[in-house]
Amino acid sequence: MEAVNLLSSNRYTEKQIGYLFISVLVNSNSELIRLINNAIKNDLASRNPTFMGLALHCIANVGSREMAEAFAGEIPKILVAGDTMDSVKQSAALCLLRLYRTSPDLVPMGDWTSRVVHLLNDQHLGVVTAATSLITTLAQKNPEEFKTSVSLAVSRLSRIVTSASTDLQDYTYYFVPAPWLSVKLLRLLQCYPPPEDPAVRGRLTECLETILNKAQEPPKSKKVQHSNAKNAVLFEAISLIIHHDSEPNLLVRACNQLGQFLQHRETNLRYLALESMCTLASSEFSHEAVKTHIETVINALKTERDVSVRQRAVDLLYAMCDRSNAQQIVAEMLNYLETADYSIREEIVLKVAILAEKYAVDYTWYVDTILNLIRIAGDYVSEEVWYRVIQIVINRDDVQGYAAKTVFEALQAPACHENLVKVGGYILGEFGNLIAGDPRSSPLIQFNLLHSKFHLCSVPTRALLLSTYIKFVNLFPEIKTTIQDVLRSDSQLKNADVELQQRAVEYLRLSTIASTDILATVLEEMPPFPERESSILAKLKKKKGPGTVTDLEEIKKERSSDMNGSAEPASVNASVVSTPSPSADLLGLGAAPVTNSAPPPSSSGSLLVDVFSDSASAVAPLAPGSDDNFARFVCKNNGVLFENQLLQIGLKSEFRQNLGRMFIFYGNKTSTQFLNFTPTVICSDDLQSSLNLQTKPVDPTVDGGAQVQQVVNIECVSDFMEAPVLNIQFRYGGTFQNLSVKLPITLNKFFQPTEMSSQDFFQRWKQLSNPKQEVQNIFKAKHPMDAEITKAKIIGFGSALLEEVDPNPANFVGAGIIHTKTTQIGCLLRLEPNLQAQMYRLTLRTSKEAVSQRLCELLSEQF
Amino acid sequence: MQFMLLFSRQGKLRLQKWYVPLSDKEKKKITRELVQTVLARKPKMCSFLEWRDLKIVYKRYASLYFCCAIEDQDNELITLEIIHRYVELLDKYFGSVCELDIIFNFEKAYFILDEFLLGGEVQETSKKNVLKAIEQADLLQEVKTHRIKYETIVFSL
Repeated sequence: MEAVNLLSSNRYTEKQIGYLFISVLVNSNSELIRLINNAIKNDLASRNPTFMGLALHCIANVGSREMAEAFAGEIPKILVAGDTMDSVKQSAALCLLRLYRTSPDLVPMGDWTSRVVHLLNDQHLGVVTAATSLITTLAQKNPEEFKTSVSLAVSRLSRIVTSASTDLQDYTYYFVPAPWLSVKLLRLLQCYPPPEDPAVRGRLTECLETILNKAQEPPKSKKVQHSNAKNAVLFEAISLIIHHDSEPNLLVRACNQLGQFLQHRETNLRYLALESMCTLASSEFSHEAVKTHIETVINALKTERDVSVRQRAVDLLYAMCDRSNAQQIVAEMLNYLETADYSIREEIVLKVAILAEKYAVDYTWYVDTILNLIRIAGDYVSEEVWYRVIQIVINRDDVQGYAAKTVFEALQAPACHENLVKVGGYILGEFGNLIAGDPRSSPLIQFNLLHSKFHLCSVPTRALLLSTYIKFVNLFPEIKTTIQDVLRSDSQLKNADVELQQRAVEYLRLSTIASTDILATVLEEMPPFPERESSILAKLKKKKGPGTVTDLEEIKKERSSDMNGSAEPASVNASVVSTPSPSADLLGLGAAPVTNSAPPPSSSGSLLVDVFSDSASAVAPLAPGSDDNFARFVCKNNGVLFENQLLQIGLKSEFRQNLGRMFIFYGNKTSTQFLNFTPTVICSDDLQSSLNLQTKPVDPTVDGGAQVQQVVNIECVSDFMEAPVLNIQFRYGGTFQNLSVKLPITLNKFFQPTEMSSQDFFQRWKQLSNPKQEVQNIFKAKHPMDAEITKAKIIGFGSALLEEVDPNPANFVGAGIIHTKTTQIGCLLRLEPNLQAQMYRLTLRTSKEAVSQRLCELLSEQF
Repeated sequence: MQFMLLFSRQGKLRLQKWYVPLSDKEKKKITRELVQTVLARKPKMCSFLEWRDLKIVYKRYASLYFCCAIEDQDNELITLEIIHRYVELLDKYFGSVCELDIIFNFEKAYFILDEFLLGGEVQETSKKNVLKAIEQADLLQEVKTHRIKYETIVFSL
């Protein structure tokens, strides 16, 4: 109470003490708050700069919501009034900032915003500093309002940077002109994309170059403050360059500068250089430049004494990892793991697991790496990691045998970690039969090996091992009795843990009463897992929080194609199950890991045509990349049709004779709802007469992360040349999205394969000898000429592949019938590859010229 | 900036300035943890560390540790310079400042800090201007002290 009284006194000392008291002891007693606010109001209106200053300081220090309510309207007026003193303006700006931070809704945007921007031009640098801070925070929420500040900021910055040291006098700090202000202006510029106006952009580039040049000059003073200030400006400039990501030479220069810092004497600079390089590594221009420093970074990892610097080095290695240096980097990280700090081990384990999976060309290396990981840091290998190993081993047939063998050998070590037992148990249970032929790893030995570890393990591991034993009963009937004895023993059947007891009892009964067939069905090998977003990545993101390295992961994932060529990555919610229809699976394997020349599944960085059109029915031009995807769908029916940052469209279709049904899955990749979601299929007039399409309506609201399905019923009335277009419109956030993709309903979908003998084939071939009925095309091969793939594509196209018909065994011959409602059209095709010239000759004969033309076009694109 | 702490080598807190609203209990907890972490660092280690989701920038001047907590996107080197600038201001004002000056005149230390930083951002970077403002405030104080003495005498009568 006394303090509040002091506030209203006219004496400066008392006021000061009063305010100090209030700022330090904030209470939410409503009575006092009202009185305090009153006193402050009086002071603000008093026009005495000292009192006003005190009052503003108090508001800024306390910044409670009640104060915000009371003063949020007043302060902007003080800020832009012409007659306020500079020192008061400063305080007012920062006070407003504080209130905005606590209660953003209470600070209205008014006409004072444009005046605030003009404060950037003020004479008094203190005011400019305060105003810049304010604008930076406000601009993050309302970038449009403060757009004009960009050019002002640039001109101010260039004036500062090019000024001689005597100009700014008191604001020069150890020979560096106005470092704080420079840093703030650079931060403000980071809120906006690079300026469009070329004059402004030119000035900014000049500015940045000057800053980079200055870094190269010899230091004007030996003091550490000088270099710190200079480098502070430099680092902020580099952050800006990285943020803009548009000028390659600036990026490369920045990278080189950071490279120099990597070996600087001062630890601080090394730390910051490593941190900045992490962000640089994600930019495509400078990624290569960053990679050249890999030796230095690895050295740093080994020799740095400060653990935080080592941690940064690990982060940087993770960021700069790509296919060329993956093995080296993973090896180094494993080395480091052996001696790493306990607090960071888990993170490193996760990173190694992700890297190993992402860049594994050879999956045997991946299995080795993960087993090594478990051996070195078993405690920190979280569940997600070894789940992932199992998933991958099960999904890939080629590595199963190797995995079984390696795991078997690893288990023979005298002291092995429990996670290794888990992984080993599972893998041997599934694939132990692959190594059972070798006498060193006969079934009995495998069983004994696992059982020897049994008693050392915790309950969940034991449960897993029991499951493995019953799988062994199925795989190796010869050791059935041994296993049954184990299961029958008292320690299992009367085990204290309910789960173990239940499993032992049930498995024992199962093994005794079930016949071999039932047993085999029950214990059949695990089917491949559907592809999902790696849970490891999710865990890493949770640990690190947003930003930093993991976001780069996301960006990298979006940009680069899935190099490992795993079967089409399914949608966000994994409900577009890639139930491998034969053609899809073959093609999936066909796009083998090593040379993946098929177009990337997610058309990288495909543009979303953002049309603020009034007429909602306006159809956007076809999204680029849709042609690629369209071509891919000619020979197969399932997969991802289109993908961009917001939306993923998957397709699944089936056709029979002249009818077909297509399921279109729209996945919302964001966390915000799509509103007014309207997909429409558009056919040109000619097309409408030949193709009947019936679409079922779709729910106009798509929740974030959700997927909706649309069914399209197709009927082919007569042959057609064009493809229908799928146009999708919806509202996302505040913007209106409109995009179109070609829908892959092509003539060959209604192709029915027909088997026929060689004689029949040649008979019909001669019948169709009218030149109009034949279309021939000679073209260069776009994909590697592999016979198996070609056969698969022809089958996927819809025609029957006729063996032993053509006298030349390298040629491919196919036959089929196109079914339409009105007619049936027989088609014969012959594909002759010329391996030396890498070309093909394709001949198509059908009874209708247009059909031959169209089929030839479609098929030529596939090879 | 989220907060600034000054503490001695024995871990005694000399000054604390919080720019985010937190309960007393939380403040104490944070202070304790942070003091422990910083004091455990060896002299040659780098001045920045990551703690919870903040960056901590610290520097030791004689027997005092100056410790600031900044957000992820703030510039660390410039924060180091903020600390240095603050020390310079104190130095100029007190004339060769030492820990005792801060202990006995803590309110002046707070006032100087308020003139220099407000709401977590740098307000005025010119040393001259900040010191001028403090000097003005001091002048006003001295003029009024006589009148206080007079008033108290009146009341007691």
